[in-house]
Amino acid sequence: MNTFAAPLIDYSALGPILIVVVAALVSVLIEALVPRGARRFLQVILTFGSLVTAFVWLISIRNTRVITGDGAVAIDGPGLVMQGTILLLAIFGAMLVSERSLDSMGDSFAPRASALPGSVDERELAARGHTQTEIWTLYLFAVTGMLLFVVANDLLIMFVALEIMSLPLYLMVGMARRRRLLSQEAALKYFVLGAFASAFFIFGAALVYGYTGTISLPEISESISATTGETGLILIGLAMLLVGLFFKVGAVPFHQWTPDVYQGAPTPITGFMGAAVKVAAFGALMRLLYVGFSGMQWDWEIIIWIVAILSMVVGSLIAITQSDIKRMLAYSAVAQSGFILVGVAASTAAGIAAVMFYLIAYGFVTIGAFAVISMVRDSSGEATHLSKWAGLGKKSPMVAAVFSIFMLSLAGIPLTSGFVIKFSVFAAAIEAGATWLVLVAVGASVIAAFFYVRVIVVMFFSDPTENTATVAIPSAFTTIALAAGATITVVLGIIPAPLIDLVSNAGIFIR
Amino acid sequence: MNNFPWLTTIGLIPLLGSVIVMLVPKANAALAKSLALFFSLVTLGAVIAMALQFEGNSTEQFQFAESYSWIPAFGINFSLGIDGIALVLIALAATLVPVVILGGWTEAANAQGSVKGYFALILVLETLMIGVFAATDVFLFYVFFEAMLIPVYFMIGRYGGPQRSYAAVKFLIYSLVGGLLMLAALVGLYVVSYQMTGVGTFDFTTLVGLDIDPDMQKLLFMGFFLAFAIKAPLWPFHTWLPDSAAQAQPGTSVLLIGVLDKVGTFGMLRYCLEIFPDASEFYAPFVIAFAVIGIFYGALVALKQTDMRRLFAYSSMSHFGFIILGIFVFTTVGQTGSVVYMVAHGLSTAALFMGVGYLMARRNGSAQLSSFGGVNKVAPVLAGFFLIAALSSLALPGMVSFIGEFMVLLGTFQKYMWVGAIATVGIVITAAYVLRVYQKTMTGPLNPDLTNMKDLNGREIAALVPVSIMIIALGVFPAPLLNVIEPAVDRIMITVGATDPEITVGLVPSAAAGIEGIVE
Repeated sequence: MNTFAAPLIDYSALGPILIVVVAALVSVLIEALVPRGARRFLQVILTFGSLVTAFVWLISIRNTRVITGDGAVAIDGPGLVMQGTILLLAIFGAMLVSERSLDSMGDSFAPRASALPGSVDERELAARGHTQTEIWTLYLFAVTGMLLFVVANDLLIMFVALEIMSLPLYLMVGMARRRRLLSQEAALKYFVLGAFASAFFIFGAALVYGYTGTISLPEISESISATTGETGLILIGLAMLLVGLFFKVGAVPFHQWTPDVYQGAPTPITGFMGAAVKVAAFGALMRLLYVGFSGMQWDWEIIIWIVAILSMVVGSLIAITQSDIKRMLAYSAVAQSGFILVGVAASTAAGIAAVMFYLIAYGFVTIGAFAVISMVRDSSGEATHLSKWAGLGKKSPMVAAVFSIFMLSLAGIPLTSGFVIKFSVFAAAIEAGATWLVLVAVGASVIAAFFYVRVIVVMFFSDPTENTATVAIPSAFTTIALAAGATITVVLGIIPAPLIDLVSNAGIFIR
Repeated sequence: MNNFPWLTTIGLIPLLGSVIVMLVPKANAALAKSLALFFSLVTLGAVIAMALQFEGNSTEQFQFAESYSWIPAFGINFSLGIDGIALVLIALAATLVPVVILGGWTEAANAQGSVKGYFALILVLETLMIGVFAATDVFLFYVFFEAMLIPVYFMIGRYGGPQRSYAAVKFLIYSLVGGLLMLAALVGLYVVSYQMTGVGTFDFTTLVGLDIDPDMQKLLFMGFFLAFAIKAPLWPFHTWLPDSAAQAQPGTSVLLIGVLDKVGTFGMLRYCLEIFPDASEFYAPFVIAFAVIGIFYGALVALKQTDMRRLFAYSSMSHFGFIILGIFVFTTVGQTGSVVYMVAHGLSTAALFMGVGYLMARRNGSAQLSSFGGVNKVAPVLAGFFLIAALSSLALPGMVSFIGEFMVLLGTFQKYMWVGAIATVGIVITAAYVLRVYQKTMTGPLNPDLTNMKDLNGREIAALVPVSIMIIALGVFPAPLLNVIEPAVDRIMITVGATDPEITVGLVPSAAAGIEGIVE
């Protein structure tokens, strides 16, 4: 008779995940038990408290390298670096979520997501100053999913983490206070397409299981190298897994959701997911490819190349035609995914380090950029049309200057983090022999620079009109997030060596 | 004292000065200006002290070399070092900054930005100008090259004339486009260096040592060259310059045209030629054609200008044609002449634009030729200095610009007789428009509006005297200049693999011998 042996679990190594998931559960209890008036205060304390604690815990276990939970979770150097990145981005993202000085009506979220847009119900709730606090619960669950996603060492845990991350995001996307129809449409689109992508992922996992007889990534790798011939099944399985992950990072041709979701989602959520989901999904993607399918590099390499080139070129070209700043940044995110994939294609230790460095720097730029967008407003809420940014540099030079830093960084101009990260993925790809891929990437960067610089031109070099938006005065929350984003962007651009050393010393994925 | 970090120190003095100037209270503009002048003079003193230790015939390509690791992962170092060419250009920058501060004492008074801000920007710009000439790491050079845009953008955009923001934007966009192309080429260069050596690097000397595939060279050359051609500016990339010059304060124009644009020609000589020798030879006929077109285009357009600032901007374009011509004829005399011409043009531009600035200050900011006339009757000192500047601009023998122009043409004749012959005609047009300016403004009947015009005061004279002295002194005795430039040019010629042609025609060699005599 088989006896069931409980798997050994290294609770210390899982500490950061556990802290956040417990906080998420406590957050549910707060929603259930605490009177309405005190909820927001408690939720904010809980969110920041748990995220900071988890980050401190992560620092304390930084040298841990262990596979735990019966092979389900691999805590290794890259995993920890990406968990730390996610936690830091989550902390700054939470600051944007907690902001409520910008909008005259309160925070960025609908008083009650279930109220019909434009209904009497909604107006009454708004009039009473009703705020909903479930957003923090969802936020913490999403962070939990991300933290698990980057260390998931088997396909099932990876799928579970993917869902824990995605489901709260679908909801949060639909919760914008202003332009609710747009927001709800975005949420539905994201959900339907996301569910579709998840289905691809789990279907792929099933096929891979059918071929290898296992869901554990290291065992999949062993099985692939032990089996010869009949690679059709595993190829299709891998392709379907990749579809699921490419969807999450918004790589072409699985990017169609990005512009609508980026535009419709409440801006703090856009910033958070634009930054953190990318880290989580690229973490999972690299682990999947490097640990599970390292034996098939010749097969997936070409997929990555094609998707990378498509993402860079299509993303950059379509971004040029955008007139809404959030949609433009959505296509820019698509292009950036392409640049990151250039580093993924390198599949060397230098490549892993370069991708992680990219994700860190890009994350802070994204949060900072969306922080600025949440501040630029007119009477109807955020003014995201580019024409309303005309002359902003004359009305609010500081804010426009900070936004210019972010744009220059995204364009990859030296002395900002954007140059260093682009250069490091390019260098890694060159070392791996993909010179022509880098040449394409350099070309795409030049195209992309055009629309980033155009925003600067619009802000500084046209005169303000009566349509020009004004910059709302934020509370300390957004100010800190913005200052941190700008500082990190500039500091990483000038003295990147310490962080390069840190990500390089993180080593490779363990198996 | 050999290990003393001269270049870093010299670069940091103006930067420190700009911080201190910014700390001065806004009300006390005079103190801010005095401090700015003080720091620029300290910098000049340090440059002179360094120049005295410079060894003309050193075996090292770069003297006063320093190198600190910056981004080791990409082979990027903070490396500085100077050859003779860089030395004279740094000296030019260090000379012109105090001149501009003194001459432009009242320039920023009615501007949108604060007075101390203007002078702080000048000092920041000085740091960057020294950095860009001293960098021996190509990436570091690029950073300085692009960073220079920022202070200049603000100097034009905040302190310029009515159309300042249009001019500033045009300047910025032109430069950014060039910069992006160069950045792409820079990354390409890194790729090449990685493929050839296994270690990616931006170190200039290492890159020069690579034998890059000629087709690759042609591609990368374009990235660098276009950036430099826009900066210089070479025809047809010049249209930003007249607008910038017409809107900027005269002091800004002096630094912009006198020093900054030299970065373009310096970059061609240092980076395009040495790193991409095959491509340089391949493109040389085209560049020479553009340069000759530029000489005539600039000169002819200058003939028709009514605003003196636009006029001298176009005339500069014509002079840049000569400089670029000298670089790309690949003769020692031509390239040495180009560097001399860079210095000469910097000095005469300074004198001219300062003179225009003084005239404008007396005429409510108008630089129209028709606003003046007969100035030499009411302001003979001003007219006198203006005459020196004008004669320097048309390269009268005895002026340093004559040495430069003559050597460039001589170098051209050695290789391309007909190009030389055509370019020589440009000199005539130069004389025509320069003398036209002098005639219309300084001579003739006194413009009735000018009867109360004051002559130069002590400060204004103090700013012009050193420039005028240098124009004449170096024109009569150019040896100090040539002694440091020639070894550097010889080295470039060896790197490029070009040799001076054997001269057999009767007239030219004696002239060449004459110049050689000056050189020795």
